[in-house]
Amino acid sequence: MRHFLDFEKPIAELEGKIEELRHLGDDGRLSIAEEVGKLQEKVTRLIRQTYSRLTPWQRTQVARHPDRPHFSHYVARLVEGFTPLAGDRAFGEDRAVVGGIGRFRGHSAVILGHEKGADTEGRLRHNFGMARPEGYRKARRLMRLAERFRLPVISFVDTPGAYPGVDAEARGQAEAIARSIETCLEIRVPFVAAIIGEGGSGGAVAIAAADRVLMLEHAIYSVISPEGCASILWRSGDKAEEAAEALKLTAADLERLGAIDGVVKEPLGGAHREPEAAIDAVGEALEAALAGLRAVDGGVLRAQRRDKYLRMGSLGLSG
Amino acid sequence: MNWLTSFVRPKIQTLLRKREVPENLWHKCPACEQMIFHRDLEKNLCVCPHCGHHLRIAAARRLDMLFDDGAYQKIELPKTAPDPLRFRDLKRYSERLKEAQARTGLQDAAIVAHGRMGGRQVVVAAFEFEFLGGSMGLAVGEALVAAGRLAVLQGAPLVVIPSSGGARMQEGILSLVQMPRTTIAVNQVKEAGLPYVVVLTDPTTGGVSASFAMLGDIALAEPGAVIGFAGQRVIQETIREKLPEGFQRAEYLYEHGMVDMVVPRGKLRETLIRIFSLLCDRGPAGEVVALPRHDLDIPAREAVPGAEAAAGPASPTPPLP
Ligand SMILES: [Zn+2]
Repeated sequence: MRHFLDFEKPIAELEGKIEELRHLGDDGRLSIAEEVGKLQEKVTRLIRQTYSRLTPWQRTQVARHPDRPHFSHYVARLVEGFTPLAGDRAFGEDRAVVGGIGRFRGHSAVILGHEKGADTEGRLRHNFGMARPEGYRKARRLMRLAERFRLPVISFVDTPGAYPGVDAEARGQAEAIARSIETCLEIRVPFVAAIIGEGGSGGAVAIAAADRVLMLEHAIYSVISPEGCASILWRSGDKAEEAAEALKLTAADLERLGAIDGVVKEPLGGAHREPEAAIDAVGEALEAALAGLRAVDGGVLRAQRRDKYLRMGSLGLSG
Repeated sequence: MNWLTSFVRPKIQTLLRKREVPENLWHKCPACEQMIFHRDLEKNLCVCPHCGHHLRIAAARRLDMLFDDGAYQKIELPKTAPDPLRFRDLKRYSERLKEAQARTGLQDAAIVAHGRMGGRQVVVAAFEFEFLGGSMGLAVGEALVAAGRLAVLQGAPLVVIPSSGGARMQEGILSLVQMPRTTIAVNQVKEAGLPYVVVLTDPTTGGVSASFAMLGDIALAEPGAVIGFAGQRVIQETIREKLPEGFQRAEYLYEHGMVDMVVPRGKLRETLIRIFSLLCDRGPAGEVVALPRHDLDIPAREAVPGAEAAAGPASPTPPLP
């Protein structure tokens, strides 16, 4: 069953019609095949139109689309011999952040990211990609491991945000995120991050302060969710659409503001329509980014990374 | 806008406002709801004399309390882009900024000053909660970077006193990236071998708590201060049960191992002075004792197998099979 978003209704209707005609067309009448062809063209046009002018709020829906490829899909397609490593060595194993070692394009790497889960059971197991302190402490441990063995770090960002719970607070959620950011900025190995869905606030930046930050065309990356922002600044959750607009959370906006380094184009109609093509595009972009970093001395990488973030805000505001 | 209107006028306004407060004013303690005479509250560093509740205080007041004789030099911070997103909610952000500037006499939510504390040069960055909830955007990031640089330049310890709800939403992603930015700012101080001490005051939450505020060499907290990552309302909505007693208060963080000390406001200055003295004035260096050289002169190549063991201490117990 394909999920359609609200604004995709006209697309869903057309595709439904095509499906119906196909059933009728089993007798091989030419006129039906012709009609299907015409409708197919029409639907492609419609998708192109719709997706070329997505509003930030619509993009937010696309970024959260249940069929959008998640961390585990990327790993399955891009990483050979992925060997997950578990635990923060202090309290527990947080499945909202998955990480391990594997081979990406022939090179060993530490790969980590938020995993939202694909079905109800998976979503519960991965806590919808909302990490507790253990998740960030595990990320930190893996980044350190990468540094020890001079492996690049590839992170995939896809989280609504850090988990807001009593247990998470009791075990130092803020400290865990702060240390994870600190570690991002300390490691002397190439570090590339890809925002593949939702980049929700501190929980996202915790594993995204990288040498190169790539972002999928319809992903979002924001200091707060549009809903959260609306409920605070507009005092009404219904104003999420306006908040999404105001927050400038789309890939194009963020590139202009200098907060990310590159945008990866998605297949027509979004990554959820053609997950494999989307994953491959991200793979290409990651490889291109890493290729430029592999030969650079670790100390220089670290210095450049820090310099980039240190300047962020005073410069990079020409947009 | 000329130099005079942009810099001098706000300062004059601050002075005027200070005098406007009538001496015979009464305040109501937000915790115990008892009435406190204005002068008593001032004398008591804005701590309720009845219940010990620590009221929020202005950034400038903090500096007055901490530096020797209340004397310090505020540094002028580099200008940042105001309203980089041209943000507008129910009101324009640019208007909110102007109002906050007029109300507080400050450019933004953090001020940086240097001066003497117990005779020692110290740099302090203090947050003004009255300025848009002490939220962190470009200007606050800039303040932290400037404070870090100044501390390194002066070889001085850095004290940061957050009082902030977190990132400034109206600056979008540019407020979020202040988290890595300020993390680097304070780490440069630490890497220079200088102490970085945070004084967590009410409130320290969100993006501020999840960056520089939790990275202190030493973390102090004021009694009763709310410190945490997620807001209590958000947590309540997520878990749908009552929050534990004293949740996210300074004492709760202390019990959970997240801060070193909960320090009442009246003891803050002396505590900082003592910490810096202990960390920086390490006392007389130990006497230099020459090691007997021959112990180290083990010729690596010519060593006869077994000779080392014979010359060294008794052979260790052989490992168990
Ligand atoms: Zn009281």
